[in-house]
Amino acid sequence: MVRPDTFHEVREHLADLTDAELEARFWDLSHKVVEPLVELARTHTSPSIERSVLMRMGIASPVGVAVVSECEKRGLLGHGAGHVVLVCMQAWGVDAPTAAARLAAGDGWDVPESTWGGQR
Amino acid sequence: MSEPVDVRFGRPLSDPPLRPDEKLDVEALLKDLEHYRPRRKGWTWRTPVPGQRMYEFTYHETSEPLTRFVPLPAAHYFDNIDPQPDCVITTEIASGRPEDDVRRMRMAAWHGADHIMVIRTAGQSHMDGLLEGTPEGVGGIAITRKQLRFTRRALDLIEDEVGRPIDFHSYVSGVAGPEMAVLFAEEGVNGAHQDPQYNVLYRNINMYRSFVDAAEAKHVMAAAGMLQIDGAHNANATAVKAWKVMPELLVQHAINCAYSQAAGIPKQRIALSTVPPDAAPAPCMRMDLPYALALRDLFGDYKMRAQQNTRYMESDGRDATVSHVMNLMISRLTSADIQSTITPDEGRNVPWHYNNVAAVDTAKQALVGMDGLREMVRVDRESAELKARVRELKERAVLFLEAMLRDGGYFSAVEQAYFVDSGEYPETHDDGIARKSDGGVAAGTVVERADDYMAPVCHHFGENHLPQGYRGAEFGEASPCDLIGKCTLCDDAKVPYIDELDPVDNAAVRLAETAELRHKGLIKPEVEWAGDGVVAVTMFLPAGEAVAEAAALELGRAMNLTDREVIHKRVMHPAEGTLIELKGRLDVAIDPTTLTIPLPPETLSDEEIRDFVHAHQVRCVAATVGNDEHSVGMREIIDIKHGGLEKWGFSVTYLGTSVPVEKVLDAAIEHAASVVLISTIITHAEVHREMMEKLSSLAEEKGVRDKLLLISGGTQVTDELARAWGMDAGFGRKAKGVDVASFIVKEMRRRGL
Repeated sequence: MVRPDTFHEVREHLADLTDAELEARFWDLSHKVVEPLVELARTHTSPSIERSVLMRMGIASPVGVAVVSECEKRGLLGHGAGHVVLVCMQAWGVDAPTAAARLAAGDGWDVPESTWGGQR
Repeated sequence: MSEPVDVRFGRPLSDPPLRPDEKLDVEALLKDLEHYRPRRKGWTWRTPVPGQRMYEFTYHETSEPLTRFVPLPAAHYFDNIDPQPDCVITTEIASGRPEDDVRRMRMAAWHGADHIMVIRTAGQSHMDGLLEGTPEGVGGIAITRKQLRFTRRALDLIEDEVGRPIDFHSYVSGVAGPEMAVLFAEEGVNGAHQDPQYNVLYRNINMYRSFVDAAEAKHVMAAAGMLQIDGAHNANATAVKAWKVMPELLVQHAINCAYSQAAGIPKQRIALSTVPPDAAPAPCMRMDLPYALALRDLFGDYKMRAQQNTRYMESDGRDATVSHVMNLMISRLTSADIQSTITPDEGRNVPWHYNNVAAVDTAKQALVGMDGLREMVRVDRESAELKARVRELKERAVLFLEAMLRDGGYFSAVEQAYFVDSGEYPETHDDGIARKSDGGVAAGTVVERADDYMAPVCHHFGENHLPQGYRGAEFGEASPCDLIGKCTLCDDAKVPYIDELDPVDNAAVRLAETAELRHKGLIKPEVEWAGDGVVAVTMFLPAGEAVAEAAALELGRAMNLTDREVIHKRVMHPAEGTLIELKGRLDVAIDPTTLTIPLPPETLSDEEIRDFVHAHQVRCVAATVGNDEHSVGMREIIDIKHGGLEKWGFSVTYLGTSVPVEKVLDAAIEHAASVVLISTIITHAEVHREMMEKLSSLAEEKGVRDKLLLISGGTQVTDELARAWGMDAGFGRKAKGVDVASFIVKEMRRRGL
């Protein structure tokens, strides 16, 4: 949309605000703008977030890529890729890098499937 | 083990300390990186020293000095001091090769850079995952764990060498932001750019993905104490008319600040990347100052990272430098916590080594030169124009925010091309950047967290359904990562390491190609990479632009340059001539063992000189000869306050300026002097030569030549020339009193005078 500079017409409601009030309004509006964005982030995840979780579990990046991509395919990402690896660690009695390496090689997916099967 | 230099640095290093007379051993630093761990995490500011005394001056806005440095060119007049401004100074490095980056970092650190930012290779922001190893980048570096470790390891040594902590910085943007953030936290990267708006607007990464990722990335950055810099300055660099985007810039800063705080970054770790938007011939200072003030009014709790203008940079390094100095003046009149620098050659190529240094020197010089200025020159906040404009910018920004909320919030505003429009809001030209919420790179990859979503690690943002007993310290429970026997952010030993994935595209292979240069110490010119052979030649050609450019390329061929390219031209006059800067490659390496290098004369100790002068009662006569009214150089050699001959007890009779040589010689005889000092400027007419030869022959005629030391000096005098023209010695621009005094004592001893 092309619009001429209507500043002087549309600023009327701001004219009587003190500088401090104007600045407070600026911040109030800014926080309002980001509120739904923060809520979206709080309740959603992404492949990169899940890979970053696996990294923190001591899993090397190429292994993390393989595990997360398989979780995506199997509809398991919403449970957390770290959660998937944790379930396998507990089932197999191994550490995170070992469990992830096994999953990355395509083995052992029956364990998460039996936990979350049919939920995808 | 190197000595623990300072608590600010963290634990001492296991690598041997650098020696200022030796190059960085990049090959050694690339070895055993699997064992390298960073010695500290988080950001470090400079330590201000109010009222700092250096030489004869008091500084009001400086910080702790460096232990090793290259001072400004004129520093030798001021006891070689190198005052360091109060704000952190950034240099951006983008050679594409880590093994070359670190050498440039060392040079920049000696000149005063303590925030080293590595630009990422083109395309890395679109890579859904991490790279490993040391592949070569384009226009920047491939950021990898190995590259970060290698660079941080070199920076550890460099910061010990210069005696000030160095902050290392790169980008947590793109599709792999959260992974980058974890990588940076693990590898001790101290600061990063993070702004989801940058992804959306300039990298066309899906907006949902960008914001969802950003919260996690920011949360991890907060945990590692990293400083965050936003990306708002890109709107300035992209806008058709940069002076129109000011209200939007305020809004972009606010969105990233508010979002970052919600993700857990404290205000004092959030920095705004702000650029004075305009450049001359616009009346840029008057346009940009109100904006700088509006910004600082609104964002007073946050940090200011003052960047320099790139929007209006051309190939002219002088022009860029002047713009940057005006930017620096705005920093000094308002405030800057970090002063970032843009190299003066960025308008024409990927920055060269020495232009990083030039940009750092420009910042240091301008900031130190304006030290304390705002105590005398204050912005007049009551000026009608300034006051009205500051208020107007804030109101326009508020109107922008109100409209965004009215129109459905941030995502729908981006769909409606609110941002980077060339109209000053509420004016719009409908030429902003529009993105679709279901479009862009990685669209459709965001997934809702299920009711049992869980991430068994620390510093994770958002919903996390951890089992009872593992919800972390805020619940008085164990850490989430106790579920997996600790995460990498709690137990550093868990951090994995991958060396190289590509057997061909890596630093070791590239270094093998230049091994001969390094191992034999051969000298080959370079601007970016070891052995690149690139040189730049400046020439004035008496022709118009088009002819001059073609002629320059031919001249380059005659100079045996390959890959010739005109990198800058500037018309002096359409017919009279053009200035050309030409670059080309010179495939020649010099073996320094084949060179004849004159040794600097050895000076004697103060005591030795004083004893000799006292015992022999050495008398001198001095004068500026010919038609020359200059006396500065001579006074520096003579005067006690400049460390001249009088300091050691020489008796000096100064005869003045424009003295005929006959008179000089008569005075020498009259005063029974042993030394005659003449100062002369070099002229086309060879007056200097005539003066020296005349003095020598007159002395011979009068039979006093063997009793006198005849010494000449001047900015362009060399010892070789002076001796050829009958003098006993000549001293040029760099000569000090001690050089002349040492020569006199040694020569008088040799002759038994």
